[in-house]
Amino acid sequence: MADASQLTRHIETFVDPSHSVTQQVASVSTIASLIKNDKLTLEKLVREMEMYLTTTDNTIRARGILLLGEVLAHLASKPLDDSTIHSLIGFFADRLADWMALRGALVGCLALLRRKSAGGMVSGTDAKAVAQSYLQNLQVQSLGQYDRKLCFEILECLLERYANAVASLGDLLIYGICEAIDEERDPHCLMLTFHIVKVLPQLFPDPSGPLASSAHDVFEILSRYFPIHFTHPKDEGIDVKRDDLSKALMLAFSSTPVFEPFAIPLLLEKLSSSLPSAKVDSLKYLSDCVVKYGAERIAKHGGAIWSTLKDTLYTSDENVFSFGPVSLQGLGCQENEIAIEALGLLQKLIVQNHTLFFGLIVADEDINKVFKTIASYKNYNEIPTETRRKLYAVGRILYVSAKASTITCNRVFEIFLPRLIGSLGISVRDSSEQCSLSEIDMMSKGCNHGALYLCIELLQACKDLIGSSEELAASVSTKETCCCLLQSFSSSLTEVFSSISTSTNEGTHDADIYLGVKGLQILATFPGGYFPVALSVFEKILQTFVSIIITYWSKTLQWKLALKALVDIGLFIERFHETEKRESYMGIVVERALASLNDFGMPFSLKLEAVSDIGTSGQNYMLKIVQGLEEAICANLSDVYVHGKSSSADIAAQLLQCYSDKVVPWIHGTGGFEEILLRFTFNIWSQIENTMAFNVQIEQKGLLDVMMKAMKLAVASCSEESQNKIIQKGFIVLSSCTSFPLKEPFQQKAIQLIKDDDNISSRDEWILSLFASVIISVHPLAQNPNLKAILYLFMTTHLKGSVPSAQALGSLVNKLGQRSNAVQISSDYTLEEVIDIIFNSTLWSFHDNCSLGTDDELINGNKIGLIDLCHGAVSSTLQIQAINGLAWIGKGLIMQGHEKVRDITMVFLECLQSNGRTSILPSEEGISGQSHDEDSYSSVMKHAADAFQILMGDHEACLSREFHAVIRPLYKQRFFSTMMPILQSLMLKSDSSFSRPLLFRVFAHIIINTPLMVVLSDSTKLIPMILNGLSTLSNNILDKDVLYGLLLVLSGILMDKNGQETVSDSAHIIINCLVGLIGYPHMMLVRETAIQCLLALAGLPRTRIYPMRAQVLQPISKALDDPKRAVREEAVRCRQAWASIA
Amino acid sequence: MAVFLTFLNHIRDIKDPEHPYSLEELKVITEDAIEVDDKQSYVRVTFTPTVEHCSMATVIGLCVRVKLMRSLPSRYKVDIRVAPGTHASEAAVNKQLNDKERVAAALENPNLVDMVDECLAPTYG
Repeated sequence: MADASQLTRHIETFVDPSHSVTQQVASVSTIASLIKNDKLTLEKLVREMEMYLTTTDNTIRARGILLLGEVLAHLASKPLDDSTIHSLIGFFADRLADWMALRGALVGCLALLRRKSAGGMVSGTDAKAVAQSYLQNLQVQSLGQYDRKLCFEILECLLERYANAVASLGDLLIYGICEAIDEERDPHCLMLTFHIVKVLPQLFPDPSGPLASSAHDVFEILSRYFPIHFTHPKDEGIDVKRDDLSKALMLAFSSTPVFEPFAIPLLLEKLSSSLPSAKVDSLKYLSDCVVKYGAERIAKHGGAIWSTLKDTLYTSDENVFSFGPVSLQGLGCQENEIAIEALGLLQKLIVQNHTLFFGLIVADEDINKVFKTIASYKNYNEIPTETRRKLYAVGRILYVSAKASTITCNRVFEIFLPRLIGSLGISVRDSSEQCSLSEIDMMSKGCNHGALYLCIELLQACKDLIGSSEELAASVSTKETCCCLLQSFSSSLTEVFSSISTSTNEGTHDADIYLGVKGLQILATFPGGYFPVALSVFEKILQTFVSIIITYWSKTLQWKLALKALVDIGLFIERFHETEKRESYMGIVVERALASLNDFGMPFSLKLEAVSDIGTSGQNYMLKIVQGLEEAICANLSDVYVHGKSSSADIAAQLLQCYSDKVVPWIHGTGGFEEILLRFTFNIWSQIENTMAFNVQIEQKGLLDVMMKAMKLAVASCSEESQNKIIQKGFIVLSSCTSFPLKEPFQQKAIQLIKDDDNISSRDEWILSLFASVIISVHPLAQNPNLKAILYLFMTTHLKGSVPSAQALGSLVNKLGQRSNAVQISSDYTLEEVIDIIFNSTLWSFHDNCSLGTDDELINGNKIGLIDLCHGAVSSTLQIQAINGLAWIGKGLIMQGHEKVRDITMVFLECLQSNGRTSILPSEEGISGQSHDEDSYSSVMKHAADAFQILMGDHEACLSREFHAVIRPLYKQRFFSTMMPILQSLMLKSDSSFSRPLLFRVFAHIIINTPLMVVLSDSTKLIPMILNGLSTLSNNILDKDVLYGLLLVLSGILMDKNGQETVSDSAHIIINCLVGLIGYPHMMLVRETAIQCLLALAGLPRTRIYPMRAQVLQPISKALDDPKRAVREEAVRCRQAWASIA
Repeated sequence: MAVFLTFLNHIRDIKDPEHPYSLEELKVITEDAIEVDDKQSYVRVTFTPTVEHCSMATVIGLCVRVKLMRSLPSRYKVDIRVAPGTHASEAAVNKQLNDKERVAAALENPNLVDMVDECLAPTYG
């Protein structure tokens, strides 16, 4: 048993208002836990608190009762005996009369009423007593918000859980509720009141009971809230949204049919208002009420509902059609919310009571008028906008009515279809007959847009009805009227639609063509056994589309629509597994499309688009198409190889482009068709292998590029085993080439390469490039049996200027690293061995007189060779090739994080600085020769600087994730942080006007490609360097791209929040530098970005930038007169920002 | 044509001092109300007040002038006029708007500057 004095202290803490809220909450939970753990009985607590519960001091009594209530709220799951509950609820019900201490009584009542039966709950009589006391004593609307909320919660609880007990109160209860909820405004309370009204009818289900007699009063209170007008701003912390309230009110509205005489007129009245949200709400409420009130009651309002609904549909102004290829899938109507809700309601009405509403629709004068007027307009443009809008509204109404059920569908078809067919100019006759005269007559004059449109809506409705569910499809027999009618008209409808969609008449509007295509598409895609159209008609439709594609390629819309329709039909066949149709589709569409590749006329790019799009509609078609494409590629390539035809080269290039853009991704996505890619690559290899007389012109280099891309993508998507086979095959072809010294040992020197004047034949060059593509894109685990020979080959060829070879070398070393971690294959070389081979190669020696062969030199071979590279050579071209090759190797190494990359970068840096030494070198040539020498040397240095771009940049052609490159995380960061100190010290030392800009170029390349986050973290140190770089690089026009890149880095720092803090200190030097760039003459983007940076700087603290104001404003005023508009606009903004720092 | 649009871009979004709409929306300024002679560095803007007794005509004119002053290179001479026959005191307004001294004096008045800045705020978007 708890210490009595301790208990008293807790009670005191709560009752005394001077204690903090947390203390009070703590004391309540302590007392509650004491009772829960049976250390204290409720009885003892009540006895202890007697004084507080009965005192005449209002404040203390209120606190005391509240304490008891709150403790009870904590004890929801604690079993209590009935007598305790009885006496407690009696006490609280009694206390409801005590308005001074009401809060506690409310909390207590609620806590007790909410108890579950397991722990003992309030008895029915007690609940009734509470209700009585509540109705007698409480003036809910005079209370505060929180108390009102508690009151409503009690009411809700009583209605939901003690329905039978309180129902006997009858009228008294209903009046009480009316009084309580009247004029409520708080969103939370409203949610509760709406719910109370919703629950109320469950107590009085009798349609002539007490609720029915006072329904008017209750609805009166509710109706004031409709439509919900919610003005609470979002930031008031109210989590109730307008939609929640609207939903709750809707449920209250539809809770009982006795509201019907009041609700429907109100909703119809609000529906005719001009406020869009009121309209939408009314329609939603009506939909709900229609279902809940039942057919009989709604029928009373049938006429009124229909006429209001019709007006709404006619006037919903955004009911505009779009006739583009995109909308071919659905029905091309972009409806607004009102129209959607209205049509939804109409559908519900028709489903509920089709005799009444369908009768209204059929008898409607407006609809009949539309039918009469459309006959008088011959084509789209003649129809006035107002009529067109009505026409579309009628179309939607008919669509919804037909789609509602089979019965209505039949009736719509019976009543309307013959009239439309008549307007379209088809005489009602058997489908086997040939085109009648009136039809031909109609075609020459253009078609009747209105009838065409309505016809399409009906067809679509019928198709959607059948397609909407399997069950329904089964219940719709082919004997149904709509199906019979369709069957009898299908062939003539097809004729009409075909003639419209193939119309070349100038007068035919796009909308008509769209509808024609749409009609054919609907006819072709009627599902399964309910297909009212014979196979012959289906084939005719396909033929129409194919002929559009082949003949009307100059009419973009027609062509696109037809293609889209064909793709949709293909997809449909695949989805419903229609074998017969699949065969016709294959025969008519796929094969004709492929055959068209060899036709003349249609531009080749369009042919390819058509073929590849059709391919996407199904696997079988794609496989067929891929085969066709391959054959075409082979045929064209052989033309190119043997005859050197440039027209075939163009076509082959487009085919290959299509192959890499569409086919390879498709195979990659589908999976399981690897053998296609394997076959494709093998075909390419064998073809070039078998062509001995190679007649390719030099200008067809573009074809080679596309071929390499296709090869790379195809190989990259293969598995390792297939890649092994491809490498083997490629190597065999390669070995057959005469100009490649695959077997020679590494004894040659670079200089000898130049002297060997054997130019690679163009066939060999192609083979080499293709092989390089294979090596670039293979998986790291693919095996390469002839590694040494290949290495040597690439090293020789890259010095002769083959970039793919250099990239392949880079990929080779990059992927070797991965393999050394995986299962080691004994015959393989490790990365270290390969690197040794590469760097010890004598190929790096550039001097004639450099004697070779002593052991000493071989040991330090790589050092000698590489340093040799820096000191210039006989041929600067050779040197440039070597630098490029080295850069690609370096890229491969840097990506997998190898240390050797450090040596390579040192070589480049050495190159940059060594110009002083070359000029000292004794030159045997004359003065003119020397200047030529310097020129070529400066270009060598520039390439050395740009090697860093290769090292740091991301490349599409090779070493990307797509081509399975090994990428170590954060390699850029690591390189950045090792290079920065080195560069910094070099820049400090460098005084030459020649190498300094190049050093900045290197710096710019590195920093541009480093992630901005890394640059930001080090921005204090980097900003001075960036600024130096900007001013140095702005002197040379050739550096403009690098300058722009560097400026973007700076602007990145300036725009960043953290960056701005560090920038603040060096604001003045940054501004000085940027001001210089405002007038940069060579690149508009530089000027624009510089001004944007200045604008960003204007946001710095005023004390920092105010001194610079004049200095900025003057050049900015000049920029106002810039020749480019974008710059002028930025200048205006920037000037305003700086001018307003007054 | 391109030149006209450039100039129009500068002033189309100026807000009317009395309404929450831009001058272009209110048709106070239209495309053909701007004449530019780039070689002579001369611009003339002719604006149409919404009503004949529009008391804000001078403020609108002042806004246009300030905006162009801030947006154009200093070589331009800007001439701002009320469209003939659209304002009761046309001559007076024209005179006031093109008097350098009076414009300068107007910009000394902090209340007026605040008002102008408020109208111009949307144009610096």
